[in-house]
Amino acid sequence: MRETNMKKILISLLFLLFGTSAYADCNIKSGSINILANDFPALRTFVETAKGCKGSADFKVTHSSEHNKIAVPALTANPSEFSARIAANSSIVPLMNQDLIRPLDDLVKKYGKGIQDSQLITIDGKIMAVAFMANTQHLYYREDVLKELGIAVPKTYEEVVAASEKIRASGKMQYPYAAAYKAGWNLAEEFVNMYIGHGGEFFKAGTAQPSINNAKGVATLNMLKKLAGLSNPDYLTHDSEAIKVEWESGNVALMTLWASRSGTLLDDDGDAKITAATKLTGPATVAGGNIPAATLWWDGFTLAKNRSDADAEATFRALAHAAANKKMVADAADQAVWLIEGFKPGPKSIGVIEAVKMKAKPYPMLPQMGLMHGALGSEIVEFLQGKESAEQALKDVEAAYMSKAKEQGFL
Amino acid sequence: MPNKTFFWFFLPTGLAMILFIGLPIISTGIQSFYAQHDQVVKEVKKCDPFGCTVSIVVDQEKTSKIREEKPLGKFNGFGTYVDRNHLAIEEIGKFWSETNSFGEFVDQVTNLPFYKALIFTLTYCLFVTPNVLLLGFIIALSLNAVTRRIRGPLIFGTILPMIVTPLVGSLVLFWMIDAEGIIGANLQMLMDDPYLSLKSSKTLTWITIIIYGIWHHSPFAFVVFYAALQTVPQEPVEAAIIDGASRWQRVRHIVLPHIYPVVTFVALISLMDNFRVFEPIIGFSAEGSAQSLSWLIYDNLVNEEVILFGSAAATSMMTIVGIAILLAPVLIRTWKEFRTAR
Repeated sequence: MRETNMKKILISLLFLLFGTSAYADCNIKSGSINILANDFPALRTFVETAKGCKGSADFKVTHSSEHNKIAVPALTANPSEFSARIAANSSIVPLMNQDLIRPLDDLVKKYGKGIQDSQLITIDGKIMAVAFMANTQHLYYREDVLKELGIAVPKTYEEVVAASEKIRASGKMQYPYAAAYKAGWNLAEEFVNMYIGHGGEFFKAGTAQPSINNAKGVATLNMLKKLAGLSNPDYLTHDSEAIKVEWESGNVALMTLWASRSGTLLDDDGDAKITAATKLTGPATVAGGNIPAATLWWDGFTLAKNRSDADAEATFRALAHAAANKKMVADAADQAVWLIEGFKPGPKSIGVIEAVKMKAKPYPMLPQMGLMHGALGSEIVEFLQGKESAEQALKDVEAAYMSKAKEQGFL
Repeated sequence: MPNKTFFWFFLPTGLAMILFIGLPIISTGIQSFYAQHDQVVKEVKKCDPFGCTVSIVVDQEKTSKIREEKPLGKFNGFGTYVDRNHLAIEEIGKFWSETNSFGEFVDQVTNLPFYKALIFTLTYCLFVTPNVLLLGFIIALSLNAVTRRIRGPLIFGTILPMIVTPLVGSLVLFWMIDAEGIIGANLQMLMDDPYLSLKSSKTLTWITIIIYGIWHHSPFAFVVFYAALQTVPQEPVEAAIIDGASRWQRVRHIVLPHIYPVVTFVALISLMDNFRVFEPIIGFSAEGSAQSLSWLIYDNLVNEEVILFGSAAATSMMTIVGIAILLAPVLIRTWKEFRTAR
């Protein structure tokens, strides 16, 4: 009896040893790793994979949907609280503006085996981030509802409006459309998408002067208002999570949502009938434009400047292990559109792949864009509530932006 | 208490106040007079997985040099205070000369972020404070009248709204008034209007937040009033009963004058608290319809990807001034009474 027990222990010990030896290539001996990241499944997978190769380094991670609020203050401290920050096109900008992240060229050369050139974010010839996944907002639709009413899958927002009106008229659903219109960041993001779909430019070429108070801006606002009229009346309080819940309760047939959320919509939780009828398609165009009313996003990792070189090295090695990990990409193929070698796009990647094919523009990576985004989020609300004209709302956005930009020294 | 004893008694508190309240306020004040340095930008090539573009970035070499010389930033005087996102002096002047009627002028001014927030904040104070005093007093009187045996549990139940964390309290109500929630859905049925939404209408949102405010703050007034009621001397009350005074007359002529200083105290604290209304706006996700001064500060500090320290500091200073103005009448009155009492 005792002997078999000993055997079991020995086997499990061997298994443990063997298990860790799979990560022996990392071989990180020292240093401390502390990562700040947004909170969605793909990022959790990515960070977990990095953790697998931490070796004897200290490993900590903070997943928070409030990551934007934490990042700048935490990385400004010296030494910085985090050694790495998982950022995206928009959130890398404030880090760059404040000079809080370090160039990765040497580390990529030394430890970046397997990272593809296309993953490198270079600014002024220096590698500032390593991207590992792509994201965008695109259309989701309920195949059963559209089929029953004989509606073709919409390709433009005009068709989305027509389809939603038809669904409403049929009495099947009262609020057939949903998008994250929560006042603030989310609403501003919808404006940015729609405005880019109209072919608009946010700033006068080569300056930080705003230029959104024009016919394209007005058309953008009018389209947002039409869509809002087809959404749940509480739309100004709905973020991505809230509309996901609306979708899963079967209240919505057409929705614009992040590609990275498709995993949670199509998992086994919730009503199997709704899940089976949930289909993805590319982002819609608007006003006869060619490019979709959506922006392309990448998620990638950056390293804090105010942290020791040893920590940076340890962190880079762990994260680079994940950013070039074919096994992770194969195992988690439906969690994200990975930019990593070996990724085979599945049905959940349709949205992003269509967006790239349709030549969607990336979110503008300009130093003053965050201020514009902030001004949009609060100043267009009154237009949607019907309290002011589109022109007045756009004038307000420009004025609010200019005051902030002056304070920040951009104007 | 002799002055010397009082001084030593107060010293630790005073030091802590200077350290944790006084100095931060001074630092905030200084910060509000500064803006960021002019950004030096340069054109560079940026490449990402979706292709390369020529775009601008902040020139770190030049910027860091300027920053090292003057770490506080560019002196801006009252520039931030008078800009469009705060007092908007210039804009108001323009509206005055451009608008045809007074109503139009008011519309334009209340469209500015600072005044929009100020109006909500004042409305909130105006409705919540008196109602909290009234409701707190009524509850205290009624509880004081019930038999001692059930008073304990009743008091506990009454102060529950104050024990519940503001954010949690507002979130619970937020879900109840959702179009699918118990209150929201029933209201829609009652009004026979499927598009009725407590959250999308500005007026209804304001009413909801104000009702929530009264619900949340009343227990505080109640607790203080209840304690004060225990000190009301019984002899004059009994004498009044013998003289045939009604219940209302007893409250009006004996109880109220007796607890009057406590009423002033509760009014002061309530005004201060209500002027800083913040949590319900977050809890109700009401940013779209209701913004308060505290929310503006929060917005400047966290909702932007860049932190607007100058803006936030200026709004903070103006909030302090606002509270001082609101409290001035009560404080002056208390001071006068103090003088006459001596």
